[in-house]
Amino acid sequence: MSETHEGAHRHPAPTGFIRKYIFSVDHKVIGIQYIMLALAAVLVGMIMSLLMRMNLSWPGTSWPILETLFPTGAPGGVMTPEFYLSLVTMHGTIMVFFVLTTAPQGGFGNYFLPIQIGAEDMAFPTLNMLSFWVTLVGFIVILLAIFVEGNQGLGEMFAALGPSFRGGSGTVGPIGGWTGYAPLSALGRIAGPGQGAGMNLWVISIAIFCIGSLLGALNFITTLLNMRTKGMSLMRMPLTCWAWFTTAVLALLSFPVLLGGGILLLLDRVAGTSFFIPGGLYVSGILSGSNPNFPLHTGGSPILWQHLFWFFGHPEVYIAILPGMGATSHILATFARKPVFGYRAMVFAIFAIGLLGFFVWGHHMFISGMSPYSAIAFSILTLSIGVPSAVKTFNWLGTLWGSRIRFTTAMLFALGFVSLFVAGGITGLILGQSSLDLAMHDTYIVTAHFHLVMGVASIFGMFAALYFWFPKMFGRLLNDTIGRIHFWITFIGVYAIFVPMHIMGIVGMPRRFASFGEYEFLKELHPLVMLVSVAAVITIGAQLLFYVNVFWSIFKGKKADDNPWEATTLEWNTTSPPPHDNFAGVLPTVYHGPYEFAVPGAPKDFVMQTDIEAEVPGGNGHNGHKH
Amino acid sequence: MVTSTRPIIKKGAGPGPGVPGPNGNGSKGDGGEYRDPKSHANRYRIGMWVGLASVTMMFTSLSSAYIVRSVSASDWTSLPMPRVLIASTLLILASSVTLEVARRQLKAAATTAYARWLMITVVLGVGFLVSQLFAWRQLSAQGIYLSSNPHSSFFYLLTGAHAVHLAGGLFGVTFLWLRSRLVLSEATQMHKRKASADAVSIYWHFMDALWIYLFLLLFLWR
Amino acid sequence: MGRALAVIIWALTLLSVLLFVSGKWWFPAAISEHAPALDRQFMITIVVVGISFTAAQIGLGWMVWKYRDTGKPGDRSVYSHGSNRLEMLWTVITAVIFIALAVMGQSVWASLRLHDAPAGSYTVEAVAQQFQWNFHYAGADNKFGRTDPTLIDDGTLNFIGLDPADAAGRDDSVTAALAIPVNRPVELRLRSKDVIHNFWVPQLRFKQDLVPGMEIKVHFTANRVGKYELACAELCGQLHFKMKSYMLVLPEDELAALQVLPQEQFQARMAELLNKYPLPTN
Repeated sequence: MSETHEGAHRHPAPTGFIRKYIFSVDHKVIGIQYIMLALAAVLVGMIMSLLMRMNLSWPGTSWPILETLFPTGAPGGVMTPEFYLSLVTMHGTIMVFFVLTTAPQGGFGNYFLPIQIGAEDMAFPTLNMLSFWVTLVGFIVILLAIFVEGNQGLGEMFAALGPSFRGGSGTVGPIGGWTGYAPLSALGRIAGPGQGAGMNLWVISIAIFCIGSLLGALNFITTLLNMRTKGMSLMRMPLTCWAWFTTAVLALLSFPVLLGGGILLLLDRVAGTSFFIPGGLYVSGILSGSNPNFPLHTGGSPILWQHLFWFFGHPEVYIAILPGMGATSHILATFARKPVFGYRAMVFAIFAIGLLGFFVWGHHMFISGMSPYSAIAFSILTLSIGVPSAVKTFNWLGTLWGSRIRFTTAMLFALGFVSLFVAGGITGLILGQSSLDLAMHDTYIVTAHFHLVMGVASIFGMFAALYFWFPKMFGRLLNDTIGRIHFWITFIGVYAIFVPMHIMGIVGMPRRFASFGEYEFLKELHPLVMLVSVAAVITIGAQLLFYVNVFWSIFKGKKADDNPWEATTLEWNTTSPPPHDNFAGVLPTVYHGPYEFAVPGAPKDFVMQTDIEAEVPGGNGHNGHKH
Repeated sequence: MVTSTRPIIKKGAGPGPGVPGPNGNGSKGDGGEYRDPKSHANRYRIGMWVGLASVTMMFTSLSSAYIVRSVSASDWTSLPMPRVLIASTLLILASSVTLEVARRQLKAAATTAYARWLMITVVLGVGFLVSQLFAWRQLSAQGIYLSSNPHSSFFYLLTGAHAVHLAGGLFGVTFLWLRSRLVLSEATQMHKRKASADAVSIYWHFMDALWIYLFLLLFLWR
Repeated sequence: MGRALAVIIWALTLLSVLLFVSGKWWFPAAISEHAPALDRQFMITIVVVGISFTAAQIGLGWMVWKYRDTGKPGDRSVYSHGSNRLEMLWTVITAVIFIALAVMGQSVWASLRLHDAPAGSYTVEAVAQQFQWNFHYAGADNKFGRTDPTLIDDGTLNFIGLDPADAAGRDDSVTAALAIPVNRPVELRLRSKDVIHNFWVPQLRFKQDLVPGMEIKVHFTANRVGKYELACAELCGQLHFKMKSYMLVLPEDELAALQVLPQEQFQARMAELLNKYPLPTN
């Protein structure tokens, strides 16, 4: 049924360890590298959130280990406010960039997009390798940013790069939030702790990350357009592929804008330009231009940075969540043993979300001083983006309706995704209204909203994806019992962490406060603050189970068949793990849509995309038996 | 109504089951050679257009910053245009022409002429970069630096960003030129060579047009 | 497994809803003219949100409760690829609800942001800096003195750069606390000396960034006398969480008497007033 083709034999499989596992051009190895990077980054990010919760709930407590690790950030083991704020900044940056952008797209997308469309590799394998290594350099630079200011030796090393790289302001890491609003982020050391060398490295790391992501996005789009196998028409692609494709388009068009903004910001910091720094500033007792420590700046626009940042920043939210949506649709259908409800509507919804995602960035800026008229347009567009999101939810429920669910761990996480996506997404209706934003802006309800929807829901999508595809990637199953315990604790835990945060926001608790002791009106929230922290400690602790499960199962897990889930798409047509060229020299031919479950009259309850014999009730008459 | 058995492949979504769809592999559905080398080589062209979309977005963001900054600021001092930019412009226009000639020669299978015209393009491209460097030196000789005023900041930034991108293109043309000496026997490799030549020249012409745009933006807009 | 999941989903939904309707933690009592309309819009929205949230979670729970694989051969799912009619239906319904919410939400915004402050508004300049608020009052002549960044000198307490040469400025006062009249529109002219700050009084239901290089004019009307906490709600650096002040809403005569005092007496009287009024209890 299939012929052998020259295209399937382009690269001989490498034999040396370095070419095979380190500098590999195989998309599967690169995908796993991305996932490992994300697993490392998410550990760092989680520990940071743990430290933040400790500081908020038990302020002033001495944690001796902190003093050992960060002598300047936590003298005597007590966290300083600047240490707390740099944790906020680094947690956000690491999670958004190095976890939510790498694992869903660079990780799972890299591994499975080529296989699911029946290709032997990405269109540009070397570029693919480059995109991972560039991203890894970005991660190393951001880790340096944490330590450069608190560590004298490191600080001196970087001081050689120029005056703006001088550290030693007695803090750890940059302070600016993941949004790095200018002019705080642009002024340099004069603006206080956390604005020295660490902030330079923060900007540089993000710029490097942009380049890595762009290379990846280019590859994804080209691969999908050029390398689909015979019979893999667009409307036969799994929804995962649509999601990765749309994500790649979003990345391709939004990261360059952040890169441009980042270059401007870096020039303001190191070269004395005034893109974002207005004139007449008086910072820390010094007037701009009156002192060599603070050169003259004129006429820059702080709001310009916000426009450039959020033009990227909002699509970035969808870059994080779309692959999770794709994986959820895919896994729901597989374990519900039922075709995706409204496949076409799902594709249109992904596209609508992607498109509208470019026109709603202003909802982050309602109270920034931009035109109040544009706020109205942004507000209405923002609420419209809820429509395709709701359509997706309805279709997920429609998929479950009348199904026969198999409750695997992957399915539990996919169902958890739906629940959390609704819980987190629905409050967008509040935050998207400019007038309500007058009360809600920069309070904990914002934190709760985006953590649930872009953070936790996306992560649930990734958990589902990992439990689902792990057997394909490593030839072994993840332990189911540990997986279930992991699910139950995490699912209940994230509700306990983030639902109370909505209430805090309604009361008016502002984000990014190192301490709430100053404000009387926040005192009543103390029980909720404690509840959130305790839930966070438990939930984060439960993630250790996950790490143990992954690393134990890679080596010792139960061996998996080629198609342990009785799934339909092309990755289940090959061995676990797949050979170097994915299909052992014989590319598959596709005859069916991706989710043919429970086809009446079919011998099994699933019809694989390559099953030529299967008869599926078709639109063009019952012409399934051609051969 | 939900229970109705609907056709799994709807209208316009490719043919019914049993018949492989026309869209895979980017082929035109002519039932021709599967993983057709010609259409597979197309990935270079597709990749280039996709890449240019992102280059466009970056320069769009920088230009919109330029426009916002120039309209809103009271501190704007217009730069004197370095005369040597005229030479730059002529050089890059000429290089586009020579690269196009090279590509035609490749189509006509005139490999030697192809290599020669590529070499001329490389020389012109280097000439452009040198000329840009002269423009920078002219300005700095007048005491106008990156941080002097917003117009000079944008001038150095935009010309610098363009030069970096053009240097990438130069790398591409040089690569074509070095590869042009290889004698190709297989049709597959020939398709690949044509596709890479196309991709590089799309990029080069784009950089040419981008320069014209930046030149107009920098000295005509304000 | 399915039933357990359904029960957990329902339980989490119930607990979430209970937390919201318990009323133990909610908005602080509003003190501005636009706040009731904003609160009403919030209530409408949160009811829509609550109903959608609950319905979706109940539905999800119901699906996992009811449908599971029995493993019996021949017991298969319903074979369906969807229904265009349903897709149309729920697209249109959600679009109507969501966009209606968005449009309804604009009235408060429009009343506050699309018009200048009404004539006769009481005007105060606010100049924020790391990590301090400065409020500039026009004094007895009701005219603001000229300010210039080059004259700013935190060392001599000229925080906002008042020009001593300008006669209009001699009777002006600058304090860290904000005093405004009750039941009279207030116009704030917001500036920042260094980085972006944000003016945030929860009881006012009002926020606005103070952006360096810009003067942003906003207006509102407070309608309850008292003392309220004023916070910075935009990350501005190390001591962001300590950038706190108070907003006093005073009877018109008390404010008028305050306004005409020269700087030192103004400061002293402000301190007295801050002591006089307690913080609200809710």
